[in-house]
Amino acid sequence: MEHIRSASPYRKCSGEVAAKRLRFLLAADRSGFPPETLAMLREDICRVISRYLDVDASQMEVRIRRPVGRNAEDRLYAGDLPALCAVIPLKSFRLKGIC
Amino acid sequence: MSEVIVVTSGKGGVGKTTTSANIGTGLAILGKRTVMIDTDIGLRNLDVVMGLENRIVYNLVDVVEGNCRMKQALIRDKRYPNLYLLPSAQTRDKSAVNPEQMRKLVEDLQGDFDYILLDCPAGIEQGYKNAVAGADRALVVTTPEVSAIRDADRIIGLLDAGQMKSIHLIVNRVRQDMVRRGDMMSVDDVMDILAVPLIGAIPDDEAIVISTNQGEPLAGTDTPAGQAFLDICRRLLGEDVPLTLPNVSFGLFGRLTNLLRRA
Repeated sequence: MEHIRSASPYRKCSGEVAAKRLRFLLAADRSGFPPETLAMLREDICRVISRYLDVDASQMEVRIRRPVGRNAEDRLYAGDLPALCAVIPLKSFRLKGIC
Repeated sequence: MSEVIVVTSGKGGVGKTTTSANIGTGLAILGKRTVMIDTDIGLRNLDVVMGLENRIVYNLVDVVEGNCRMKQALIRDKRYPNLYLLPSAQTRDKSAVNPEQMRKLVEDLQGDFDYILLDCPAGIEQGYKNAVAGADRALVVTTPEVSAIRDADRIIGLLDAGQMKSIHLIVNRVRQDMVRRGDMMSVDDVMDILAVPLIGAIPDDEAIVISTNQGEPLAGTDTPAGQAFLDICRRLLGEDVPLTLPNVSFGLFGRLTNLLRRA
């Protein structure tokens, strides 16, 4: 019976999991940027910013936005060119090394 | 002038052909002269779902190649006086027709029908390009699953890039009981993710399987899916039909509550 994995009754609602996975997947698909490259870019940005600020890497979000996106989120950026948009949450509002 | 609608999805098996058959039937029931074209060359299916497989003499490729006149290839559905089918070829492949020929074929049908409905093959290659070539509007069919939605997004991107004038979404096989307990994405979730206006949602209904077995489309019948398809047709005609998702339940308890609700 060991090979039968039990589905925990306390597992997260799978519909929510699906929606979250899709949002990430489509962000990568729509940008036309390979997800691995985006992940590398994300890590590099994280490393640079971490020199100055205390970054919460797990919550960080990096994506390419198209100028005429179909999503409300895409439309927040009003420029004519595609843009690299990053949301980088900070663990504390303080510069490292100072005070 | 007829309105030319392509039913597409990207992913296979999400219900394109069933949707085409039922929307075609529904439009005919509502009094519109409708022709359904099966553009899936090599994998002919729409004739079977419609129960018209024994009446095929000529097919789409015959018309394109000039082996017969359009009138000879069109099958009239005797059950619905306004409904016609142009079947696909089973023994040829997608390369037998190109988008230009497809556009011409659709043009030739223009004056004679109110609606021309193109059932698109799965995939984004030649068959897809043929099917969308002559269309004014697209209905993108998806199910509330990650893979189907991802492919739908890709198709919507391609339709956008190809300047499709109108794109609407159909969410198929929705199980409200699973949505309610959080184990299926809701129609709202899907709409939000794909950011395309919705024209209808079809509940997962075992009546669909029965209807396909029998070769009798269920649009307009007293079944949850049959009503949902007819609602989509009404919306296509411009009627303002509110979206309702009946609760199709499975199992004994579900059937009992359904019975009670109907009584």
